Amino acid sequence: MKAATSAVQRPRDARLLVVDAAGRIAHRPRSALADALAPGDIVVANDAATWPASLAGTHVATGAAVEVRLASRRSLDAGDVRTFAAVVFGAGDHRTPTERRPLPPALAVGDALELGPLTAHVAAVLGHARLVELRFAGDADAILAGIARHGRPVQYAHVAAPLALWDVWTRIAALPAAFEPPSAGFVLDWRLLDRFAARAIAFATLTHAAGLSSTGDAALDARLPLDEPYRIPAATVAAIAAARRRGGRVIALGTTVARALEHAASRPGGLAAGSGVADNRIGATTRLRVVDAIVSGTHEPGTSHHALLAAFVAPPTLARIDAALEAGGYRTHEFGDSVLIERAGERAGRCTSAAHCRAARAVDTALAA
Amino acid sequence: MTHSDASRPPLRVAVTGGTSGLGRALVEAFTARGDAVAFVARDATRVRAVAAAVRGSHGIVGDVANKDDVHAIALQVGGALGGLDVLVHNASSLGPVPLALLADTECEDFERALATNVLGPFRLTKALLGLLASSARESRERGGRAVVVHVTSDAAVTPYAGWGAYGTSKAALAHMGRIWHEELAGHGIAVIDVDPGDMDTPMHAAAIPDTDPATLKRPRDAARELIARIDRERAAAANAGEAR
Repeated sequence: MKAATSAVQRPRDARLLVVDAAGRIAHRPRSALADALAPGDIVVANDAATWPASLAGTHVATGAAVEVRLASRRSLDAGDVRTFAAVVFGAGDHRTPTERRPLPPALAVGDALELGPLTAHVAAVLGHARLVELRFAGDADAILAGIARHGRPVQYAHVAAPLALWDVWTRIAALPAAFEPPSAGFVLDWRLLDRFAARAIAFATLTHAAGLSSTGDAALDARLPLDEPYRIPAATVAAIAAARRRGGRVIALGTTVARALEHAASRPGGLAAGSGVADNRIGATTRLRVVDAIVSGTHEPGTSHHALLAAFVAPPTLARIDAALEAGGYRTHEFGDSVLIERAGERAGRCTSAAHCRAARAVDTALAA
Repeated sequence: MTHSDASRPPLRVAVTGGTSGLGRALVEAFTARGDAVAFVARDATRVRAVAAAVRGSHGIVGDVANKDDVHAIALQVGGALGGLDVLVHNASSLGPVPLALLADTECEDFERALATNVLGPFRLTKALLGLLASSARESRERGGRAVVVHVTSDAAVTPYAGWGAYGTSKAALAHMGRIWHEELAGHGIAVIDVDPGDMDTPMHAAAIPDTDPATLKRPRDAARELIARIDRERAAAANAGEAR
């Protein structure tokens, strides 16, 4: 696959590779996403707004130039902006591929970094020369203002032009939470939301702190994704329950949505509203509890995003998908094309036959009355 | 009401033009009843002063007329409040000061009025729409809805000589609000416009310097009326929800 190199969220010619539960592959225009879903389904999106998480500055002790990429935070709480995990690069910027970026100067606990109007100190080195816990000085509002003014969106060499926040915020971006855009959500615009409603497809959101997709360092990349806090509203849990009762499918718009929902559902008592920190990895051995299908970007084998798809389809189907994406000239990376993959086989734990669906609907009607 | 009401969850409110006049009065009135408020204004010194004076408010330095400021403002609103239930577009530009006949209005002054009074609110609503829609989805079962307020003026309706740039821009703002409302009602977001009347504010003094302030409405009273209107808009949705 080739990289999509311009920051257009909804190119007119964007494509959608659709894989149904039987493993059949179809090629659609991505603008027809609503038509690829069925009445009764529910689409769950990640409404995280993306931090301008790249902060250029200097390592005070050595005077060396550094680029800090904020990578994770302990919670999504308002005002919890003093402490972040961050990946630190030496001199340079996104135009140099991450795997060729120099290391920062050796970082030690207590080292100060000056990042535009912000000052941060290294609170811990997290088992790797690039990965630290940073603590910002000042009150929460001043830190927010400093990040908002000085930060740039994290970006990679395949998109040369500098990105602005509006390039990386989805149309539904709400709470600043993500460190890279939850880019599966680029497909959304308000007209599509209206089309979902017109087709009786429900729409709900959660907020998940999507982290960095790459650090350029193999040892560090192997630790991705880092722990990611998320919050699932009660209204979303209720909407998912209603969709399941009527026999609708739960469509995760993006890997972060799948990670949050499956993490929440794996806890005692099952899927419930509230906050959590996703430390799960989804892969071939994962038993999916909530998500029936996923809309995702196209991902190269070997990435954690690609590995996640193995929870939905068996290896031979995944190999056919990879081959179809390659042969079809699909574009990859955050501004690229998309896939819609339904989990193979019968959906467990919900209505699996017409009779069962009718019974579930009868219960639903009784509850609503 | 000057104290928090235990039965009512606090609102998360953003107000533009929050350091003087109606904007400042809104910041004070919302925080006094326990709501969380982020306010935006251009002058850093005054933002700091109001944020220090009004406990619990969050000051944001920015110019809504400046495209490059809008997402930074939106990021700070979301980061400080953790969500957004009410957005009040209060910041305004008169255009030329002193007021001028259209034939004497410099294009740059007209553009400034449009940028502050129309484009700014358009961009900021768009940048904050995700937060507003999220609030609306989460409160729908309780009958809540998010509310966006455009502060308008009788000059948007009546063609007063000398008020060309301001009146034209406010007419456009009011019409944009009606279209927003049509498009967003289904998503649980009400967009309303409110004409607070002639108030004793720095802007009024700039427009009509020889008015006796005693004849003008106090911003505090206008703020109380506006908040009551916002509460009614939210309650209207709640009542409709119960009726269903």
